[in-house]
Amino acid sequence: MQWETVIGLEIHTQLATQSKIFSAASTAFGAAPNTHAALIDLGMPGVLPVLNAGAVRMAVRFGKAIDAKLAKRSVFARKNYFYPDLPKGYQISQYELPVVGEGQVDIVLDDGSEKPIGVTRAHLEEDAGKSLHEDFHGMTGIDLNRAGTPLLEIVSEPDMRSAKEAVAYAKKIHQIVTYIGICDGNMQEGSFRMDANVSIRPRGQQAFGTRAELKNINSFRFLEKAINFEVERQIELIEDGGKVVQETRLYDSTKDETRSMRSKEEANDYRYFPDPDLLPLEIDEALIAEVIADMPELPDRRRARFESAYGLSPYDADVLTASRELAEYFETVAAQGGDAKLAANWVMGEFSAALNRDGQTIGDAPVDAEALGQLVGRIHDKTISGKIAKDVFAAMWAGEGSADAVIEARGLKQITDSGAIESLVDEVLNAHPEQVENYRQADPGKQPKMIGFFVGQIMKKSQGKANPQQVNELLRKRLS
Amino acid sequence: MHTKSIAELSAALRGGDVSSVELTRYMLQRIKTTGESLNSFITVTEELALAQAAVADQRIAAGEATPLTGVPIAHKDIFCTKDVRTSCGSRMLADFVAPYDATVVGRLQSAGAVMLGKTNMDEFAMGSSNETSYFGAVRNPWDGATVPGGSSGGSAAAVAARLCAAATGTDTGGSIRQPAALTGITGLKPTYGRCSRWGMIAFASSLDQAGPMTRSAEDAALMLSAMAGFDERDSTSAERPVDDYVGGLGNPLQGLRVGIVKEFMGDGLDAGVGASVQAAFDALQDLGVELVDVSLPNAGLSVPAYYVVAPAECSSNLARFDGVRYGHRCEAPRDLEDLYKRSRSEGFGAEVQRRIMIGTYALSAGYYDAYYLKAQKVRRLIADDFRQAFERCDVIASPTAPETAFKLGDKANDPVSMYLQDIYTIAVNLAGLPGMSVPAPAADGMPVGLQLIGNYFEEARLLNVAHQLQLATDWHRACPPGF
Repeated sequence: MQWETVIGLEIHTQLATQSKIFSAASTAFGAAPNTHAALIDLGMPGVLPVLNAGAVRMAVRFGKAIDAKLAKRSVFARKNYFYPDLPKGYQISQYELPVVGEGQVDIVLDDGSEKPIGVTRAHLEEDAGKSLHEDFHGMTGIDLNRAGTPLLEIVSEPDMRSAKEAVAYAKKIHQIVTYIGICDGNMQEGSFRMDANVSIRPRGQQAFGTRAELKNINSFRFLEKAINFEVERQIELIEDGGKVVQETRLYDSTKDETRSMRSKEEANDYRYFPDPDLLPLEIDEALIAEVIADMPELPDRRRARFESAYGLSPYDADVLTASRELAEYFETVAAQGGDAKLAANWVMGEFSAALNRDGQTIGDAPVDAEALGQLVGRIHDKTISGKIAKDVFAAMWAGEGSADAVIEARGLKQITDSGAIESLVDEVLNAHPEQVENYRQADPGKQPKMIGFFVGQIMKKSQGKANPQQVNELLRKRLS
Repeated sequence: MHTKSIAELSAALRGGDVSSVELTRYMLQRIKTTGESLNSFITVTEELALAQAAVADQRIAAGEATPLTGVPIAHKDIFCTKDVRTSCGSRMLADFVAPYDATVVGRLQSAGAVMLGKTNMDEFAMGSSNETSYFGAVRNPWDGATVPGGSSGGSAAAVAARLCAAATGTDTGGSIRQPAALTGITGLKPTYGRCSRWGMIAFASSLDQAGPMTRSAEDAALMLSAMAGFDERDSTSAERPVDDYVGGLGNPLQGLRVGIVKEFMGDGLDAGVGASVQAAFDALQDLGVELVDVSLPNAGLSVPAYYVVAPAECSSNLARFDGVRYGHRCEAPRDLEDLYKRSRSEGFGAEVQRRIMIGTYALSAGYYDAYYLKAQKVRRLIADDFRQAFERCDVIASPTAPETAFKLGDKANDPVSMYLQDIYTIAVNLAGLPGMSVPAPAADGMPVGLQLIGNYFEEARLLNVAHQLQLATDWHRACPPGF
């Protein structure tokens, strides 16, 4: 039997507001337990939620970024269930009328073709707190710092057909939400969490199979592994005559398996109803216009611009627009250095390699965009060669100062004085009369290769500082 | 001193006839002695009251007094009061000390009112007799064997017995107006959104509204002026200016059209109460009012609709009382489920548990459309009835409650007959309109309430009508014997 995989994702993105969605408490990560929990977050008797307008603006921004329908009027609803880290006994979410309606994003498949993935909806909701089971013998600690943190839950259509597509879609959403600045995208801190609805069906069949929901996956790698494990599990189950049951499953990354958390029968009846403490959320044209006016350039558009304005290859443009930070870094380097292609090579080459090697982010890299731009400028204006520039970069990375300072301190300035180069060339030719003779006798087709020997000798003599272009020109003249 | 109105007390305080500290001490003494048998207070905040009174005296001396400065009042124990126990009449919160002040409490405090204590109430405001309180029933000062009504029964009894000049109440289905009627005082439930709900422990969020309970319309106007107003901490509070309630009291009623609800004058209304209310209608007519008949054809659906919406909201609002962060927690829970079950079973009384069960059921998958959604539709129909009625009149009048105060225990085991206490008041909450109860002539020696219903945000007009009626009659001056 040929099986087809069907996947839909629910992605919880933590919105990058300063304060919580219904209280003035800070959303900062990592504070001492319960120090960022206001009366509202504690669910004190008599408290009332007040909607954070910043969170609404961010939801609208996302809606516009994926060209989705925006609800002029959406409604907050209460999702009722008991849990110790859910202080009110209900989560304020949106149910029947979400703020963001249908939209679409395009993902690029392995063969380079594009595939549209439907976004069903995105709704605003508050996060719950955390239960801490360690450190408390026989008890559970509750930390409500996270309670009330604003989330935008982005729900896709079941449009993905493989774990790879699911990862491509998730990465695309991650790229969009970080680009438009509504989410810091930090997956370790839980700012971007994914649930995958996975089912299989015989290829060609229209009806969906029974799905399992894989909860709370916080890395793209785990997403791929969890889906692949789950698909295999379902195939084996069905082929052994079993049936997939609708249930929630947890992915265990240490064992690389999914296991049942609760079945449909055990599922809560959430008793959703409109929250009477909050008025319906009205989105007017003025707000939409404001959001559009300060919408940053989106990745797809930026990629196209990088190709046309800088003459970059589609691949380079894609790599450089992967994140807003990288794209902005590149643009600064290109502007400063005066050579976009050179800038692209340096950002994707030495700079990215150094980041990876040291496990650093762009924000805390020791060489900022202006500094790298200066270095690229020195290559561009022929002050140093590309080869020397690598040493200069390493010195800059090690904290030895700006490109100019390193060049100056180490005396790396390229020799471009023709008299100096002439004497270098003459010295080398005089020292190797045999090779000169061989060159002159050689087949013209082989000569370009043979000239490399002389270039190498001259560069060695000049400690790499002779301008290679001038050296080549002069050599050809002398050897002809 | 205890018989004086707020305006009279204010004049006496400013004139130096009495200090707020003296007045407060006197009222505290009355609560402990004369009022003791009523059980109208859950907590008396003697020290705090005297401290507030001392501050009030300084303000008065400095010429910075408002009409409420130095005036002793009480708060229903549903309002959070910083560093003071706020029990909501429940074992669940019997030891709960609120970490903050409700907006209404804060506003009255800013105006200089002195808080004597927190008044008894039906548990979580669920009841019409004050018998569901964990702290025991309140007795009606007019007859100690009868109930004061509920849920703001403690406030009503305390005001009627002259233990405080005024009190705050809350009204979800009649909880200010019905006890006001049964104890012979004046009670006003403002338009939904007129007073902030911040710090008022929620029963049914879309219906709850705070209001004043006083001995006259003029006092109610003074209280409401301080209580009302937009509050950014309550998204449902109305962002519109507060009218001049006191300034409009003197307007003549000539030519005003008062609509009599024909559905509220028939079956189920006690004959004595009917006659009293009729006498009040006649008095209004004598003031130049034109009486017209109006109809609220869907009013009969209001009790069933209310008993879906209010329990549904309460089932969710009361979910936070889980024994985890504050409030009652059972001894030695075996596990999480045991903690929840026993904490809640022990912490909540029978009526609260009944409503949580009803509400949970009404919101359950498969029943939501049939109950909750349908009830919301009924709300719209009822609001529409009122809209049409107000095309024919300016103010609507009816009895507040179908009968006078009943005996303690009489309805305690018959929830439906208890629920029918609010048959004339509930529709007003469902529509979100302002409603008021003012004393009509007594029936068989027991107080009767006349309900006045206004259009949205027309509290000033209600107070005007009530005040003119009280200038022309002395029903509101009747004092329960012994108080």
